[in-house]
Amino acid sequence: MSDKVKMREQSPAERIRNFNEVPYGYDEREAVQEASRCLGCKKRPCAQGCPVEVDIPDFIARIKAEDFTGAAEVIKRKNSLPAICGRVCPQESQCEALCVLGRKGEPVAIGRLERFVADYEREHRSSDAAVVPAAGNKTKVAVVGSGPAGLTAAADLALMGYEVVLFEALHAPGGVLRYGIPEFRLPKAILDEEVGYIRSLGVDLQYNMLVGATLSIEELFADGYKAVFIGTGAGLPYFLGIPGENLNGVYSANEFLTRVNLMRAYRFPEYDTPVRIGRHVAVVGGGNVAMDAARTALRLGAERVSIVYRRAWEEMPAREEEKHHGREEGIDFKLLNNPVAILGDDKGWVEGMECVRMELGEPDESGRRRPVVIKGSEYVLDVDTVVVAVGQGPNPLLIQSTGGLETNRRGNITADPETMATSIPGVYAGGDIVTGAATVIAAMGAGKIAARNMDAYLKGV
Amino acid sequence: MYEIKHAADLAESIRLLVVSAPMVAAKAKAGHFVVVRNGETGERIPLTIADYDREQGTITLVIQSVGKSSSEICELKAGDAFTDVLGPLGHATHIDRVGTVVCVAGGVGVAPVYPIARAFKEAGNKLISVIGARSKDLIFFQTEMEAVSDAVHYTTDDGSYGLHGFVTDAVRNIVDGGEKVSEVVAIGPLPMMRAVADLTRGYGIPTVVSLNALMVDGTGMCGGCRVTVGGETKFSCVDGPDFDGHQVDFAELLRRQNRFGEEEKMAYDRHRKEGHKCRIR
Ligand SMILES: Cc1cc2nc3c(=O)[nH]c(=O)nc-3n(C[C@H](O)[C@H](O)[C@H](O)COP(=O)(O)OP(=O)(O)OC[C@H]3O[C@@H](n4cnc5c(N)ncnc54)[C@H](O)[C@@H]3O)c2cc1C
Ligand SMILES: Cc1cc2nc3c(=O)[nH]c(=O)nc-3n(C[C@H](O)[C@H](O)[C@H](O)COP(=O)(O)OP(=O)(O)OC[C@H]3O[C@@H](n4cnc5c(N)ncnc54)[C@H](O)[C@@H]3O)c2cc1C
Ligand code: SF4
Ligand code: SF4
Ligand code: FES
Repeated sequence: MSDKVKMREQSPAERIRNFNEVPYGYDEREAVQEASRCLGCKKRPCAQGCPVEVDIPDFIARIKAEDFTGAAEVIKRKNSLPAICGRVCPQESQCEALCVLGRKGEPVAIGRLERFVADYEREHRSSDAAVVPAAGNKTKVAVVGSGPAGLTAAADLALMGYEVVLFEALHAPGGVLRYGIPEFRLPKAILDEEVGYIRSLGVDLQYNMLVGATLSIEELFADGYKAVFIGTGAGLPYFLGIPGENLNGVYSANEFLTRVNLMRAYRFPEYDTPVRIGRHVAVVGGGNVAMDAARTALRLGAERVSIVYRRAWEEMPAREEEKHHGREEGIDFKLLNNPVAILGDDKGWVEGMECVRMELGEPDESGRRRPVVIKGSEYVLDVDTVVVAVGQGPNPLLIQSTGGLETNRRGNITADPETMATSIPGVYAGGDIVTGAATVIAAMGAGKIAARNMDAYLKGV
Repeated sequence: MYEIKHAADLAESIRLLVVSAPMVAAKAKAGHFVVVRNGETGERIPLTIADYDREQGTITLVIQSVGKSSSEICELKAGDAFTDVLGPLGHATHIDRVGTVVCVAGGVGVAPVYPIARAFKEAGNKLISVIGARSKDLIFFQTEMEAVSDAVHYTTDDGSYGLHGFVTDAVRNIVDGGEKVSEVVAIGPLPMMRAVADLTRGYGIPTVVSLNALMVDGTGMCGGCRVTVGGETKFSCVDGPDFDGHQVDFAELLRRQNRFGEEEKMAYDRHRKEGHKCRIR
């Protein structure tokens, strides 16, 4: 069996000096060649792994037949953000994990093919939309938050013919796709294009609308909206709770990435928002967020970037591809290390981080071996910038201002996993605000289920 | 777009802008703030809502030019527009009938103090105001403040108007003069708020300060605005901006305020050098 077709990318030495995208994507020949590996399985196991139900074997068959526009149509029936999913989905644990070829060798590169099709369609787009919304039914629905969950719910509702208004607190759409995931992994021009497509379906996007402050859910209903979807994400940064965390030079990953991505501090002073990057940066954490922060710091000119993570390599939750990219770029991985204090100079700036070394003990509830501190292993890491990327929780602002909205112990909105309905009739929720920090595709899947059930609710089924 | 309906200079490098933002005006209360963005390359800048007109759908902002972004905002005229206005943000100031309230304003702090003073007065309190500035020509909102106060005390650093000294001197005089003060509200530069809080701690008078930590989103998402209050980390945009002045770690906040000092200076110098060029429209 042949291996999957490699994707060409910028060399590590070159790419750490720019913010351009790392992989180049397949060209037509490479895409057809990769598509030819697909067996077109009757049982479609791969499709079971896709939360937004992309008809994987069908779009791949179109690529094989060199009908790239047809392939785009197949995808867009189910997925309104294919260029994004093709880039950031953790395919190895979604669709590709279930591909039969994966049992003996490498699975079909479904994500790369999806990316190819979306990019092809964007570059060769005719004036006609790939998918046409159903005839309007003039029922107004509101969507709160323009992350992947909100965008998907809005697109699906628009396709069903609803009048959709999408309220976003920031001045630009996309949620984490905008402020979190960096340019070199997801070019903002591509996000803009996909959001543009969703607007072309009739979705009215309104910025600077902090629901819970500028307007409330109750007022939305009073204004004639018949149902509401909440997709406000997990935007509240957690800190470590160790001494020295408020020193100058300590950022939450959210602040660091927002300055760089949303506010474009990497182009300061052309853009007004500054970011200060030291010589030696430590990023605490092991997920996608930590990896993005570390690779961003490198591109901003840090001499050395260390990832400090308390478990081992295999347990780092970041996407495989990004871990691999980070290693190639020369990130220093301080695995089985844990910070205990951040040290400051007399002016209040970071001048070091005290860490301890860990070893793996007995497995914990999650089945992973619990890291335990090695006695007497304290040492000081020489750093002048620390980025804390140890997770995010639900922002309580909207929840506190909405009477009767039930939440769980961690403050996430409680929603029925089958329908995404919350404790308030007509109010649905999905994505990170319900599950806690998860993935783009899980958020999109939730948006899709919610849209379907909102439709049923509105039709009185 | 958020059109500027009216613009005026209040004093040197202090400008008043009346901005069309109907949804913000509809909800605004004393103590709320907005985050504005001026242009596609602009920063997100927090500014207190100094007044609002629900019928006209406008809010009033008063801005002191201290760096690149604020000086660009001070150049805006009627007919121009902000790219973005988000709000109202933060918790409104807690207003109650408590007896006698002293509102202390330093410099441009008069603007945020004004709606708070008015609200306390409307709630039935005796209201004494203290307005401090470097010199006489930097004092503004005099008529407004006098209209809502039972008494107004002025102080100037150079003695050109009112008491020659600091706002703390005036507050001390008021308390030592036998006034039974139930609450103090102090808004102005950090060192001034710290000085007032230090003074009133000695007298045991509850004191509210409005913190102007550096902010990005203003919605609780970045944690950049964190301050230590009573030993706990708080986000000033969503937990504040009002806090108990006796509990705030001012030393830490002053340091954090300077996190981007070098970058800000670079941008400002560049702006001043190139500013005149781009202002030829
Ligand atoms: C740096 C980083 C990298 C990541 N990398 C990956 C990756 O490679 N692959 C992957 O699958 N996942 C990744 N994730 C996780 C993924 O991005 C999230 O799981 C996903 O974005 C969640 O989508 P969402 O729609 O629920 O919320 P979000 O994307 O968080 O969007 C929520 C939106 O709601 C807005 N909002 C919040 N409150 C309000 C309010 N009160 N009123 C109006 N609007 C409001 C916010 O401004 C935001 O725009 C990453 C996350 C981060 C932070
Ligand atoms: C809740 C809140 C309400 C505010 N209300 C007002 C207001 O009504 N009127 C007004 O003129 N200003 C107000 N500010 C301060 C205003 O946001 C800053 O002056 C502005 O962001 C400075 O931007 P700049 O680029 O011009 O200056 P920069 O170049 O960024 O900074 C120049 C100088 O100003 C200081 N500075 C920067 N940001 C702030 C800040 N957020 N607070 C205090 N000092 C700062 C810097 O340390 C530096 O010394 C408020 C701030 C907050 C957080
Ligand atoms: S959207 Fe994600 S999970 Fe679905 S097919 Fe595409 S890459 Fe796979
Ligand atoms: S499981 Fe793999 S080989 Fe089979 S249809 Fe899906 S992608 Fe093709
Ligand atoms: S400004 Fe970002 S959390 Fe307060």
